[in-house]
Amino acid sequence: MSAIIALIVAAVTFGTVLMFGTLGEILTEKSGNLNLGVEGIMYMGGAFGLAGAFNYEQAVGAASSSGLLAILIAIISAFAAGAIASLVYGFITITLRANQNVTGLALTIFGTGVGQFTGEFLRVREGNFVALSNHLKDSFANPIMPKFLQDIPILGKILFSHSVFFYIAVILAIAMHLFFVKTKKGMYLRAVGESPSTADAAGINITLYKYLATIIGGGISAIGGMVYIVTTAGCVWNHAGLSGVGWLAVALVIFCLWRPLNAIWGSVLFGALMIMYLRVRIPFIPTEIYKILPYVVTVIVLVFSSMRNNKEKQPPASLGANYFREER
Amino acid sequence: MSAEVKTPFVRLAKRDSMDPKKVWAIRLSSILVALILGMIPIMITGQNPFTAYGIIINGSLGKPIYIKQTIKIAIPLLGCALAIAPCFKMRFWNIGAEGQITAGAIAASYFALYWSDKVPSFVLILIMFVTAAIAGGIWGLIPAFFKAKWNTNETLFTLMMNYIIIGIVSWLQGGPWEGRKGSQLIPMFNQSARLPEIFGIHCGWIIVLLLVVLMHIYMNYTKHGYEIAVIGDSENTARYAGMNVGKIMMRTMFLSGAICGVVGFIVVSGANHTLNNGVANGVGFTSITVAWLSQLNAFAMIVISLILAILTKGANTLQTRLKVPASISDIVTGILLFCMLSCEFFINYKLIFRHGKSEEEASK
Amino acid sequence: MNTSCAIEMRGITKRFGQVVANDSIDLSIKRGEILSLLGENGSGKTTLMNMLAGIYQPDEGEILQDGLPIAIRSPKDAYDHGIGMIHQHYKLVDVFTAAQNIVLGLNDQKLDLKSINAKVKAICDKYSFVIDPAMKIYDMSVSQKQTVEIVKVLYRGADILILDEPTAVLTPQETDKLFAVLHNMKADGKAVIIITHKLNEVMEISDEVAVLRKGKYIGTVKTSETDPQALTDMMVGHAVVLNIDRPKFEKPVPRLKVQGLTCIDHEGITKLDGVSFTANGGEILGVAGIAGSGQKELLESISGLYPVKEGSVSFIGGDGKAKELVGMTPMQIRKTGVGMAFVPEDRLGMGLVGSMGMTGNMMLRSWRKGKGIFLNKKSPEDLAKKIWDELEVVTPSTSFPVRRMSGGNVQKVLVGREIASQPKILMTAYPVRGLDINTSYTIYNLLTEQKMNGVAVLFVGEDLDVLLELCDRILVLCGGKVSGIVDARSATKEEIGFMMTTLGGKENA
Repeated sequence: MSAIIALIVAAVTFGTVLMFGTLGEILTEKSGNLNLGVEGIMYMGGAFGLAGAFNYEQAVGAASSSGLLAILIAIISAFAAGAIASLVYGFITITLRANQNVTGLALTIFGTGVGQFTGEFLRVREGNFVALSNHLKDSFANPIMPKFLQDIPILGKILFSHSVFFYIAVILAIAMHLFFVKTKKGMYLRAVGESPSTADAAGINITLYKYLATIIGGGISAIGGMVYIVTTAGCVWNHAGLSGVGWLAVALVIFCLWRPLNAIWGSVLFGALMIMYLRVRIPFIPTEIYKILPYVVTVIVLVFSSMRNNKEKQPPASLGANYFREER
Repeated sequence: MSAEVKTPFVRLAKRDSMDPKKVWAIRLSSILVALILGMIPIMITGQNPFTAYGIIINGSLGKPIYIKQTIKIAIPLLGCALAIAPCFKMRFWNIGAEGQITAGAIAASYFALYWSDKVPSFVLILIMFVTAAIAGGIWGLIPAFFKAKWNTNETLFTLMMNYIIIGIVSWLQGGPWEGRKGSQLIPMFNQSARLPEIFGIHCGWIIVLLLVVLMHIYMNYTKHGYEIAVIGDSENTARYAGMNVGKIMMRTMFLSGAICGVVGFIVVSGANHTLNNGVANGVGFTSITVAWLSQLNAFAMIVISLILAILTKGANTLQTRLKVPASISDIVTGILLFCMLSCEFFINYKLIFRHGKSEEEASK
Repeated sequence: MNTSCAIEMRGITKRFGQVVANDSIDLSIKRGEILSLLGENGSGKTTLMNMLAGIYQPDEGEILQDGLPIAIRSPKDAYDHGIGMIHQHYKLVDVFTAAQNIVLGLNDQKLDLKSINAKVKAICDKYSFVIDPAMKIYDMSVSQKQTVEIVKVLYRGADILILDEPTAVLTPQETDKLFAVLHNMKADGKAVIIITHKLNEVMEISDEVAVLRKGKYIGTVKTSETDPQALTDMMVGHAVVLNIDRPKFEKPVPRLKVQGLTCIDHEGITKLDGVSFTANGGEILGVAGIAGSGQKELLESISGLYPVKEGSVSFIGGDGKAKELVGMTPMQIRKTGVGMAFVPEDRLGMGLVGSMGMTGNMMLRSWRKGKGIFLNKKSPEDLAKKIWDELEVVTPSTSFPVRRMSGGNVQKVLVGREIASQPKILMTAYPVRGLDINTSYTIYNLLTEQKMNGVAVLFVGEDLDVLLELCDRILVLCGGKVSGIVDARSATKEEIGFMMTTLGGKENA
């Protein structure tokens, strides 16, 4: 029993990383932009989030640093990095109308480069590993819920023992869901992703919507990279561990059928599959084979949703296509 | 009110055609802009960007040995870009080259590891070549099959296929093919499984240069190339002309995957002499940008892949000499790609400023 | 200053590359009036209206509203000025409900379904529409979608409405309803512009008619002071009695026998229902029907492009032997030597490869020929040059992308190629749509020439006058069924019109 609980808790920790990445990309894709640069964006988020917290601690000193402020600074730094990277992607695809696949891949190359460069540069500048004080590490990774909630048998561990980022992500997912289905602006955004010419004819500023969705989406994805570095990686720049997470987030968007609420359980499930090899050993199934399960499952989801052809479960209709009003 | 009656300050219109000289001027200046922008991260590290660029050039082309190493980096990029070209021409967005390279590498490695004492070197290399092509081809065929049958999104499918096959290599590395127990490494190949060298570089360069010519002919002068071009323009037209779109799609993806597989073979047999899960090393992704920026022209790919290889090799030297992280090459590559992608806009569209002046007139 | 003009356009010019779509056009519309914008396909009507709707920006000229110059930079600007356009291709989001589509883009409102529904209902009652606000667009019929579009524009308080070919996809009953609604709007003081090329509708609905020809403004006349003949003169430049030459082929022989042909689309809707007919060599068989009555499916299923559920299509060769074609792919049909040529409706999207030149497009029929893996480029090049020469195609070279050619030249390339394959059966779908008069006659002559060579020609058309003068017999489709087959020499336009809308057309028309 305790092994299962431990597995779930670990799955949530890793799942939180994915959830940010996925939610950001859902927002971006809802506007019709397929940003394949998530991998690069999350690298940048990780490196800049860490750099933000590190510089803050250096500035005020380990003793007087505030956990809450460090969290805020990390989030803002990561978000800003992701938003700026996505702004570049947005400018090239939305305004300059370049191919989205290729631009996204270019952003992945650029972003992983910037992330790695920043991480390395910090290390070289400081002469050793960039690490935060234990005090800050704890405020990033420790549970924030009151003790009595955590002490509830079984459920306490499963629901209330997580870092602050998990709860932020869940709130974000719910907020995003409400945004899409309950608000006018959310509906307009979906219209832009489904049929830009319709939205345009209805007087919606589609350029603005596409830019905002792409930039904010990129910022949210970048927070995922930061969360990985400050929780799972223990506040040390670790590009090997972050590698592939962004792509997994892209896969998860499909798995979730572009619905933010699905992202909550979807990312925990993917998180579980990614870390299960550490916790549960199944005889005869090698751990590395285990790790490819999320991708296999995503492929199966992809194939099944294309076979069923249900109108409500398809990608946004204009996903990947650029819009030019005077196109003939 | 008076401001509102004005037409917008700047408007867009599609351009019909442009003087080729001007097109190349725009492309070249975009590279120049990229190089200038690339100076920013170098300056952040406190180095002189001109010195750094000097080191990049010197470190990649300064000595014959450097040139050889640069070419070694360019070989898989070029090979893989060639593989991707027919898919992209067909508007089949294959971003699974990474996985197809890996699949080819696995097949080649199997024979390198277990057949090296059974057959002569020449035969062994031939077997590795052929099986790598088949393995890569099959890995490319799977998503094409689903695309043909149920119109499954190929971009996302091919992407997932990368991680599946790379996971399999990780398993082989730590499992059945592991050399020394606990090393997590596959042993080095025997000499007989290694590609021979010509002019000091493994003969992969001959293979890819041959592929450049073959691909150029294939795309422009064969029935298959014609079918691919028609499908890329309009699938309906292809059906109307009696083409079996699904079959052609699968055939083209098999071919594309097979060439990627051959690239995988070249990498393990010519360069690495072993297999690990980083065998593709992002080549599958980078080569997409190579293919796209070359406008799918096989000869232009030689130039673009060399530019990217120079950056990568030069940046390694930069790291050892100036302690600038080698990832600077990814940053500069990224900036270069951004600039080159952006400049196509100025080739395809024209800006019309208020008062009816178009950009050409305005610049006069 | 004429303040009674709701909208005035002065000297509007719009170019697409080298093509001048609108050449210095003046146009005005008053409130409480219905204006028909008349012109042949490709005369620039839609382009002009798209500039009022904010889709395009004019290159030159100015737009005035109530006498004051305005700039319409986007569809939103258009709405702000009370201008609403119902496009030919509906601008609706498929996965949204009617209500969601109606309020799309409105800024001043909260997403309160109750009040939206109430307001929608009020509009519907006022102009006698029926819609279900909660219905998803992908579940709707064409006419329902159009209703949503109109309500959408009214909901935004538009008092200047533009409708682009609103009747093209409607049944006569639906058209009558629409016209009743338009009259209500006129009575309500709204300005209505209706784009059309159907003269009877122009006469029936409008107060004034503005005529465009080849991108130029010809003039505006009061409907009460004109007649169809005069309008036709304005539209085409000179009075046309079509006078299509129709020789009679001596002994037509059965060439294509279709029996009980039934097709169902991927959504389970029956597109063709038990269609039977025989097409004879040496005869042009016209196919008439309202848009979407199964014309496309008929031609595509004969050529092996559309799946057939039931029935048979047999080709009768020179030896009198029948060959069954159902179940064959287009390539198999070609290999059996049937000799079938097909000029599809969507020229660039189906019949041609837009990015290739004439030579590349000639290869579309011949690329398989010859041994080995290499293309034979020589004979297609010769063929391209021949067509270039004989049909007077305007293009700089045989490698110039056909996408950049004008519509008439595109069609010459397509028809020229199809005829060059020396077919036994020649099927054409709307072959003169969007073409100028001269090119249209070139096409008629080519088809007639084929007929006299003993080819069985199928001609799907929309203009009944053309069908009646060009064809020998006319098959009328109605809702996927054969409503009847008439002799084109004796049938009347009214008779066919009635058969198009009523199966069998039994009542005397």
